[in-house]
Amino acid sequence: MISFTPTDEQTMLIDTIRRYSANDVRPVAHEADECGDLPDVLLRTGWEIGILPGSIPESMGGFGEEASAVTGVLAYEELAYGDLALALRLMSPALAAIPLVLDGTDEQRDHLLPLFLDETPPRVTAAIVEPGMFFSPGRPRTTAARQNGHYVLNGAKAAVPLAEGAEWLLVYAWNDGENRVDAFIVQGDAEGVQVGARDKLMGVRALPTYPVTLNGVCVGADCRLGGEAGIQFSRLMARSQVALAAMAVGVMRAALDYAIDYAKEREQFGAAIATKQAIAFMLAECAIEVDATRLMVWEAAWKLDQGQDASKEAYLAKRYADKAALMVADSAVQTLGGHGYIREHPVERWLRNARGFASFDGLAMV
Amino acid sequence: MTISFELPERIAQELPMIEAVAENIMRPESRALDEREHERPNTFINMMWPVVRDQQKRALDKLAARAEGGEAQKRSGPGINNLRMTLTVEMLSWGDVGQYLCLPMSLLAGAAIEAVGTPEQKERFLRRFAEGDDPVWGAMAMTEPGAGSDTSAIRTTATLDPGTNEWVLNGEKIFCTNGKLALDESNGIVVVWATVDRSAGRAGMKPFVVEAGTPGVTVEKVEIKHGIRASDTASIVLKDARIPYDNILGSAEVVRPDKRSTQGFKGAMATFDASRPLIAASAIGVGRAALEFVKAELAEAGIEIPYNTPYHELSAIQADVLEMEMQLKAAWLLTLRAASLLDHGERNSLEASMAKTKAGKAVTWITQKAVEILGPMGYSREWLVEKWMRDAKINDIYEGTGQINTLIVARRILGYSSKELR
Repeated sequence: MISFTPTDEQTMLIDTIRRYSANDVRPVAHEADECGDLPDVLLRTGWEIGILPGSIPESMGGFGEEASAVTGVLAYEELAYGDLALALRLMSPALAAIPLVLDGTDEQRDHLLPLFLDETPPRVTAAIVEPGMFFSPGRPRTTAARQNGHYVLNGAKAAVPLAEGAEWLLVYAWNDGENRVDAFIVQGDAEGVQVGARDKLMGVRALPTYPVTLNGVCVGADCRLGGEAGIQFSRLMARSQVALAAMAVGVMRAALDYAIDYAKEREQFGAAIATKQAIAFMLAECAIEVDATRLMVWEAAWKLDQGQDASKEAYLAKRYADKAALMVADSAVQTLGGHGYIREHPVERWLRNARGFASFDGLAMV
Repeated sequence: MTISFELPERIAQELPMIEAVAENIMRPESRALDEREHERPNTFINMMWPVVRDQQKRALDKLAARAEGGEAQKRSGPGINNLRMTLTVEMLSWGDVGQYLCLPMSLLAGAAIEAVGTPEQKERFLRRFAEGDDPVWGAMAMTEPGAGSDTSAIRTTATLDPGTNEWVLNGEKIFCTNGKLALDESNGIVVVWATVDRSAGRAGMKPFVVEAGTPGVTVEKVEIKHGIRASDTASIVLKDARIPYDNILGSAEVVRPDKRSTQGFKGAMATFDASRPLIAASAIGVGRAALEFVKAELAEAGIEIPYNTPYHELSAIQADVLEMEMQLKAAWLLTLRAASLLDHGERNSLEASMAKTKAGKAVTWITQKAVEILGPMGYSREWLVEKWMRDAKINDIYEGTGQINTLIVARRILGYSSKELR
């Protein structure tokens, strides 16, 4: 039966994250963006909410029933409503944990999943994006060649979150022997892994990302995620797309709420600017786009949870969100006029963050 | 509750039948009916009348049983009527919007009567849609030459004649969908909005049921239009048209405690809450028709639409088609939500206007794009795409233009009244 009401449990989770976003995240988001880092205490408090352990099934040691994409997108929207950099950073362990849950072998799960149930987040991440404008997630240039029961990885990765000092990372590569994309568990200090200087980005400045090069990195066959079966890459892509699109909805909603409040306060020509159709219509269109994008995200996430192929829905939701997020954030800046351009108002940050979605591939996972 | 996009099974089972009607009954006559404007789509009407009539009968009988004091069956959980109608309208509009509009049923008149009529009125006015061999239509007359989006400016008057206890209606109504079918071609009804007190503004506006055959009521003209040519859009003149006192829907009292009361007007608005998702659904049906046609033609030319390809690997046409598809999906999901909320017994004014705004705009663009992509084929009257573009446009106009619906959304999200945000 069609319904748009989250479960009671989901509603409780949403409320918790909403409070965290409002009380803990928002007050420090500006400073975090300016100095390019997030306070440890903020990350610890966020981790304690237990969003990721809630996505790890009890049978695998977590306290969730399943890795529900719907629950994930609800949580991610609220986190990103607080701050996108925080959301991406706090949930970066999911980049490794969710693929493990979905596609890992029993051994890999037993060995690695307990890490994600600790009180502090593990320093693990995933490397998907590659440098240059012609990157295609389904056809990475990084290669994995099978040699004597090992895989040898070669290539360059870009925008890898928290790569510096990572314990291990999941590296997506073209499996030459089988003509498919696979993911490999690579130790951060493995020979041939080189983490470059931290990226300087337009937005999400509190999220440290790095270029990573793999130069003849040799890993055991057991480091191939999913073992001989490998991963279901298109499903992982879909889960990444809905995760990012959900975060885009959070950014959009933040920008719209801020613009609405401002427009009702700000008076020009003797009346609040929100009473002018030029402003009111812009905000109304934004409101429609926020809801439309959210519904597309929810539909794709629901389909994933039904065990159906949601590649198409997730792809469309992500493309839609990339564009809608920019439109709404831009409208918010426009609503504030000159004030929107000043860094003291968060809308300018949200505009920089929103533009990022078009180039964020695989930076989040539900 | 849980978030779900699963269609109720009953609706899912019905859809293939409706699709068969759309494909086998509507599509084959689509072009001819468009070319021969105002010709009645009899094949479709005759096919649908028994189905619609029997449905209406079941609903009405249930209502009558309840009115007689029989304990209404307590329904457990939400209904599916609005969702069902939404999906039906989408599918029929995929077939042909002009023909779908000729669906022999009470439509907007019925919605108004359902919203504010008494049980007795429901029985008296709606029974005709539930029996007989000949199809019957209902219509709603709101717009006037001088009152479009500003419905509070209507000048049609209803004056009570105390001698006979009749309302006397005078005025001119335009853009009345199915006005001719209702008044001239069947024993139908038209819900006419008139003012009992012009000085009271919206509070003075009341809906009246005018039956076919009422002296003084004439269909003056049927508009020739850009699209939806199979559907009649009538001008109706009311000249000293007398109707019984009990034909007023809702209270005759003009309540204006704070000079802002809009009781009568709220009746019309409640009708819109139910009808706007249907207009959106209709838009989406045409949009889907155009999109599917474009994709089929492209596939024939060896161009597939990929769903896993980055921006830089897409051709311009592929990017356009993806955009069409996303826009359609966004509009559709907003529409499903608006309809579903009603079925859950929740208010949906905001969501209905969002859906209507988005669908009207998106599908206008989608169908225009389809004509562009298909080149000479798109522009040619040999195929239906140009017709779909013309048909689609109405959805951005009737039941409140995109702008009026945007205004409603704006007021809602800003918490402004119609006085505060004009």
